[in-house]
Amino acid sequence: MTMPEATSPTTSGWSGVLGKRGLTYVLPFVVVAALWQIASLFFPPFLFPSLIDVFKRCIDILTSWGQFSDVLATVGRILAGLAGAFLIGAALAVLMVRSRAVHDFLSPILTLFQGIPALSWVVFAIIWFHGIEPRIFFIMVMTTLPAFTFQVLGALQAMSRDLMEMVMSFRPTRAKLFRVMIIPAVLPDILTAWKVNLGNASRVVVVAELVGATGGVGYELLQQQQVFDMAGALAWTLQLVFFVLIAQAVLTFVEGIAFRYRAVSERTL
Amino acid sequence: MTSAPPIISLNQVSKSFGKSGAASSYVAVDRLDLQIGRGQLLALLGKTGCGKSTIFNMIAGLTEPTSGDVTVDGRNPFREFDSFRGKMAIVFQGDRLLPWRTAVQNVELGLEMLDVPAAKRREAAMHWLDTLGLRGHENDYPHALSGGMRQRVSIARAFATNANILLCDEPFSALDEMTGRTLRAEFVKLVRENGKTAVFITHSINEALEIGDRIVVLKRPANIAIDLPLTSATAVAEKEAIRHQIQSVLAA
Repeated sequence: MTMPEATSPTTSGWSGVLGKRGLTYVLPFVVVAALWQIASLFFPPFLFPSLIDVFKRCIDILTSWGQFSDVLATVGRILAGLAGAFLIGAALAVLMVRSRAVHDFLSPILTLFQGIPALSWVVFAIIWFHGIEPRIFFIMVMTTLPAFTFQVLGALQAMSRDLMEMVMSFRPTRAKLFRVMIIPAVLPDILTAWKVNLGNASRVVVVAELVGATGGVGYELLQQQQVFDMAGALAWTLQLVFFVLIAQAVLTFVEGIAFRYRAVSERTL
Repeated sequence: MTSAPPIISLNQVSKSFGKSGAASSYVAVDRLDLQIGRGQLLALLGKTGCGKSTIFNMIAGLTEPTSGDVTVDGRNPFREFDSFRGKMAIVFQGDRLLPWRTAVQNVELGLEMLDVPAAKRREAAMHWLDTLGLRGHENDYPHALSGGMRQRVSIARAFATNANILLCDEPFSALDEMTGRTLRAEFVKLVRENGKTAVFITHSINEALEIGDRIVVLKRPANIAIDLPLTSATAVAEKEAIRHQIQSVLAA
C-alpha cells in the first residue's frame, strides 16, 4: 500500500522554504560585507577598516555606558521629536478636516515648511533657541510635522462616509466616535506615517546633533570625522541603523496584531 | 391615515440640494405630509432617485429639511440628535459592518453607545446572533462572512439596541432572491414580535407587498402618489390589483 503524496510542505519542507527566504534576505548584506572586507585588505584602515574592527567598536559602544548613553540620547531625541510632531500634526489635521478655512490657511504653510531644508531649520534653531534639547526638538518637529499632518489629514479624509454615517446613527459621544470609528479607521495610515517619518527623523537627528549638540550619535560621528576614524564612524552609524530596524520591527509587530482582521488574498500584488 | 397618534410625522417637508433658485438646485422632497403610526410597518416605495433615502435621512436626523417639520416621538431628530440615542436603529442598504470588529463586536456597537455593561452587552449580542442563525460565527471578522450573513449581523446590530423605531434603507436589495426573501420574512417576524415601528424603503413592489402593512408610493420629487393600507387578510386577488395600481403610478 502506498501513502498518498503530501500536498503541503512537510516540516523539513517548511524549514527549507524559510531557509531559502532567510538566505535571500541575508545574501545582499553578506555580499556587501565581503566586498568591504576584501577592500580592507587593499586599502588603509582610515578608508576601509576591517569588519572585525568595526564589530569591536560596536561592542565597545554597546558595553560602555558612557558611549551607549549617547545612543540612548539620540533615540530619545528621535522619539520625542516624532511624538511632538505627531501630536501637533494630528491636532492640525483634525482642525483642517473640520474647517475648510483652516485647511486653506494651513495647507500652503505646511507645504512651505516641506520645502525648507533640514539644515536651514538647524541654523534657525541655533539662532532662536539657547538650550541643546529645545533646539533639537524644534528641528525634529519642524522637519517631520508637514508629513505627519498631511498623512493624518489624508487618512481622515479617506475614512468611509458610509461607516461614519452608520456609527453616527447610534448617536455616539465625541469620545466614543473617536474610539470606535476614527482611531481604528486611521490607524493603518498612522503606522505607515510613523514608519516613513522614523527613517527621515533618524537622518535629520544626526544633522541636528552634528551641528548643535554635545552628545549623541551625530556628535560622536563628528568626533570620528575629526580623527579620521572610519571604524568608529561606521560603528556609530550602525547604532542608528540598528535602532531604525528595531523600531520598524516593533511597528510591523503592532501592525500584525492591530490588522489581523484584514482579509488576505491568495493572489497578491 | 391611522387612528393612533403618529410616532413619526412629516409636515410640509421639502428638501433641496444646492443653492436655492440656482440652476444646479435640485428638489428631492416637495412639501411632503406623512404620518406613521406606532407599531406600523410602512413600506416606502418609489423609483430610484425619487428622494426615498432623503426622507429616510431626515427621519434619522442625519440631514435637516430645507423647510417644514419632521418630528419623531414629538421631537426634532436633527436638532435633538443625541436624545434619540437607543430610540432609533437603522439597517442600511449595505451591511456597513466595521471591518476591524468581529461579528459579535459589531452587534455590540449600539449597546456600547448606551453604556451597557460589557457582560450584558455580550449576552444581548449573542442572543440576537443566535436568533438570526449566526451562532458559531460570533468571532468571525466581516470579511470571513457571506453577504447574507453580514446583512444578518447588521440586522442583529439594529435589534440589539431594542430601539422602538427601525429605519431600513433597502437592506436586502444587494442579496440574491432566496436569501433576501428568507431575511425579509425573518425581519417582518422580528418586527411584529417585538412591537417595533418600522419604515422600510424599497424600490421593489414585491418586497413592499410582502413587508408593509401600509404602502406609500412616492412620485418624483418625493411626495405621496398613493397611500395604501394592507392587512394580513388582504386577499391575493386584492394584492394583485394593488400591484397593478402601483405599477401604473410608477410608470406614469
